[in-house]
Amino acid sequence: MDQKDKPITAFSVRGLTKTYGEGAAAVHALRGVDLDLPKGEFVVLLGPSGSGKSTLLNILGGLDRATSGTVRFEGQDLTKMSEAELTLYRRDHIGFVFQSYNLMPSLTALENVELVTEIADDPLDPAEALALVGLKERVQHFPAQLSGGEQQRVAIARAVAKRPTVLFCDEPTGALDSTTGRAVLQVLKDVNETLGATVLIVTHAAATAQMADRVLHFADGAIREEIVNATKLTPAEIEW
Amino acid sequence: MVRPLDRKLLRDLVRMKGQAAAISVVIGLGVMMQVMMGGLVNTLDETRATYYDRYRLADVFAPVVRAPNHVLARIAEIPGVASVEARVTGSALVDLEEDALPVRARVVSIPDTGVPRLNDFYLVQGRVPSPGRGDEIMLLNGFAKARDLVPGDRVDATMNGSKRLFRVVGLVESPEFLYTTAPGELVPDDARFAVIWMRRAALSAAYDMNGAFNEALVGLSRGGSADGVKAALDRLLDAYGAAGAYGLDMQMSNRFVSEEIKGLRVTSAVVPPIFLAVAAFLLYIVISRMVQAEREQIGLLKAFGYSSMEVGLHYLKFVVLIAILGAFLGAVGGIAAGRATAVFYQSYFKFPFLVFQLDKSSFVIGFLVSILAASGGSLFVLRGVFGLTPAVAMRPPAPADYSGTGQMPGWARRWLDQPSRMVLRRILRHPGRMAGSVIGIGAGMALSVTTLMMMAGFERAVDLTFDEIDRSDMSLTFVTPLAPGAVHALARQPGVQHVEPVRVVPAILRNGLNSYNGAVDGRVEWPRLNRVIGAGVQPIAMRREGIVLAEPLARILEVKVGDSLTIEVREGRRPVLEIPVIRIARTLLGAPAFMEIEALNRALKEPGRVSGAYMSIDGNQRDRLISAIKSMPSVAGVAQKEDARRALVELMNTGPGATRYIMTAVAAIIVFGIVYNAARIAMAERMRELASLRVMGFTRDEAGFVLLGELAIVTLAAIPFGLVWGYYMTFAMVAGFSTDIYQIPVVFSPQACGVAIIAVVVAALVSGWLVKRDMDRLDLVAALQTRE
Ligand SMILES: Nc1ncnc2c1ncn2[C@@H]1O[C@H](COP(=O)(O)OP(=O)(O)OP(=O)(O)O)[C@@H](O)[C@H]1O
Ligand SMILES: [Mg+2]
Repeated sequence: MDQKDKPITAFSVRGLTKTYGEGAAAVHALRGVDLDLPKGEFVVLLGPSGSGKSTLLNILGGLDRATSGTVRFEGQDLTKMSEAELTLYRRDHIGFVFQSYNLMPSLTALENVELVTEIADDPLDPAEALALVGLKERVQHFPAQLSGGEQQRVAIARAVAKRPTVLFCDEPTGALDSTTGRAVLQVLKDVNETLGATVLIVTHAAATAQMADRVLHFADGAIREEIVNATKLTPAEIEW
Repeated sequence: MVRPLDRKLLRDLVRMKGQAAAISVVIGLGVMMQVMMGGLVNTLDETRATYYDRYRLADVFAPVVRAPNHVLARIAEIPGVASVEARVTGSALVDLEEDALPVRARVVSIPDTGVPRLNDFYLVQGRVPSPGRGDEIMLLNGFAKARDLVPGDRVDATMNGSKRLFRVVGLVESPEFLYTTAPGELVPDDARFAVIWMRRAALSAAYDMNGAFNEALVGLSRGGSADGVKAALDRLLDAYGAAGAYGLDMQMSNRFVSEEIKGLRVTSAVVPPIFLAVAAFLLYIVISRMVQAEREQIGLLKAFGYSSMEVGLHYLKFVVLIAILGAFLGAVGGIAAGRATAVFYQSYFKFPFLVFQLDKSSFVIGFLVSILAASGGSLFVLRGVFGLTPAVAMRPPAPADYSGTGQMPGWARRWLDQPSRMVLRRILRHPGRMAGSVIGIGAGMALSVTTLMMMAGFERAVDLTFDEIDRSDMSLTFVTPLAPGAVHALARQPGVQHVEPVRVVPAILRNGLNSYNGAVDGRVEWPRLNRVIGAGVQPIAMRREGIVLAEPLARILEVKVGDSLTIEVREGRRPVLEIPVIRIARTLLGAPAFMEIEALNRALKEPGRVSGAYMSIDGNQRDRLISAIKSMPSVAGVAQKEDARRALVELMNTGPGATRYIMTAVAAIIVFGIVYNAARIAMAERMRELASLRVMGFTRDEAGFVLLGELAIVTLAAIPFGLVWGYYMTFAMVAGFSTDIYQIPVVFSPQACGVAIIAVVVAALVSGWLVKRDMDRLDLVAALQTRE
């Protein structure tokens, strides 16, 4: 367990930019992000649509490459890693919940989780992970047989089951009602507290920020405001 | 526990079963052709070798005029000789009451007791003539079957000028007589040539050969030199009228059988690879598009931390499984088809048994090509996907780029409704994919065009031979070459309109190391009844100063116009001539050489001689003419053109040419497989889009139009391409089918094109209907709910 009062930096980001396309059609998704994320924190990223939140998550998660700048994870520079090193980085450290759930349609809920636990070092039991998100009864169902929210919860179980060092969630509660939404947030909170994972959540629901250690306000490809919460609410206390 | 990735693989296979099956069938058919033809050729080769060996077919044949029996002991002493047998043979005429024309026959002796030491026979039915029974004979099974003769029947035969009544006691097959034609004819016809076996004592009496033989058969010892033995035999038998010993390689039946098997071997080397290549190409295209459709899932797996290697292996397993499944089905089908065709050819070659033999290399080639094409197709795509970061791979590919190629010209915007524009846009946006489909369907179509044009080529070969070249009604061979008066005598017979004399002499044609054991065909200056034609169909005149060679013969001898040729005549004085080649003629049957008849006779110092004649006749008087000819003792044989034509068609339909029917059928199935695949993939790629259209309120037919419109355009674009490709592929295919006996011309056949077009269009309609049916059943919600 990490000591909250002696934070070690998980991510240290400097001058990060990302440009899609070239010339006149170029889109500057990130325009110079500077950021230090202490290990074990629960961080919420807020910002308007198209501001570059997913882009930042993808780069921090090793899914995409930056155009310029550095990203250090526990001292190593992700931007200098080879393809194989990035793969190992993702495999060993990162859990991802995507904005679109991205389940394998030909695998059941349980098998979708197993897909990840298979290559993890010390994973949770896949069935347990699904129980954690309240899907104990639906383990044998295929994605097509699950609702959008259920699919999202499978995606969360899948990300959590590997006991990741860092968990990235791109709008994990977007499709959920308040009860399930709170339950999902509670799971993320548990992962943060019991496993000590650094959790970074992108959301449009500003209220979620109330349970975070740190809140980042994002606009036009850069961080405009960074707030450290002195007091945090539990998921149950959040206004939905 | 089954790994989740493997489970995904199996589920995906089940989900794509229709398409996986179509792909497997296409590649399977390619492999099937390879395995079938390889197995067929090996089986025939092995069967022939075993048959020869088991029935002790001689290695060297030495015909003589008359040699006393004691010479046999001296033949046995020649180094390299392992076994010898002496026998008496002669020619005869068989008179069957049902038929006005007598049938030419060869009579062969068997020892008075026991079985022959060499050239044994296989008794199909009945028994061997009893020793001492001079009136008992056995007949060649093929002839007996063609003439409905069975043991117990009686036949009249004229031997050495005297006619006697014989009793058929047995029917036999013999490795020596797998292929039989009357002398001077090329195309075998069971009904018109007979082989008779009888005890030697009776035969010797008939041919005045008591205490003597007129043919020695020699079996070589292991490592014995055929050439040495032949030379020694010629020296030893010279005093007894040796006609020249020859090896099994020059024996007529064996040569024909070898040529036919060789022809099949060439066919099997040329044709199945074309099928396999087309199938492999399709596999490559289909697999690459299938993997392309998995792009997002590949990105997702990589996002989880699966390495490129692991993901690559997963997809390789997937496609290799399909490829192996196809290759396996093809191999099994190929073994079965190879056996079935071998059984078919068994009766054609008259083998009493078959020794099945597979061609191991065809399996290796079939599996390797399938696996390589499939993995090539997937690796090509995987490499591209691995070049992307997982974030990009997980995005649906290129959703935005409607700008450049997607821009519609003004007229298109004005005249096309929204669904038509969608079809057009998609085609413009994925030119690579569309080209792949066009090439794929074109390739399948090319196969059909080729096989159909080949069919037309076979027909053209028959028509050219019997309408353009041979315009006679009847041909006739004399027992010995006659004086010119014979032609006038013929011209006076009832119904004869025109007579054209010929002089055919057996000869060995040589150019350096290349030689051909054939004949020189002496013709009048301007042959009209049996013409010699050039590369077009223009007639060629005979000139005194040189020889005209058929194109295949010129190829065998490697000579061109202006070269000089050595001709060793094997008849009469046996002169050796040096003659320049003056023209190359086009023939589709055999490999003849032509000279002006008087120039040939002069070289032989036998002026005015005729060995046969072609005649045009008045069909109404045919019967009268035949009975008149029958009473002419100088006539050895008569052939009617209609019989020859029927025999050639039969040869093409039962010989190596028969495989063309299988190939046409396979080509048709491949075409269907390709078109169906193209439709299937298009649907898989657009599932979500189509579902969205339906949800937006487009009717089934409107959504179907978006999908099938694309298929229709691709199919139409493939048609001209397939036609051109097919035409050029015909050249390779036809070369594979041409044998020593007949050549197949390349014919541009509009009908073949028409049939191929209809086949492709029908395939497109049926595939479109099948896919549309699936699309109508599409579960809209499921299609939209999950993201792939
Ligand atoms: N592959 C791409 N090619 C071109 N532009 C892209 C690509 N991916 C993202 N963008 C652009 O980059 C910008 C940032 O996109 P990003 O997905 O990070 O936004 P976001 O903040 O996650 O928005 P949302 O809240 O809607 O998910 C957007 O303007 C988007 O259009
Ligand atoms: Mg986003």
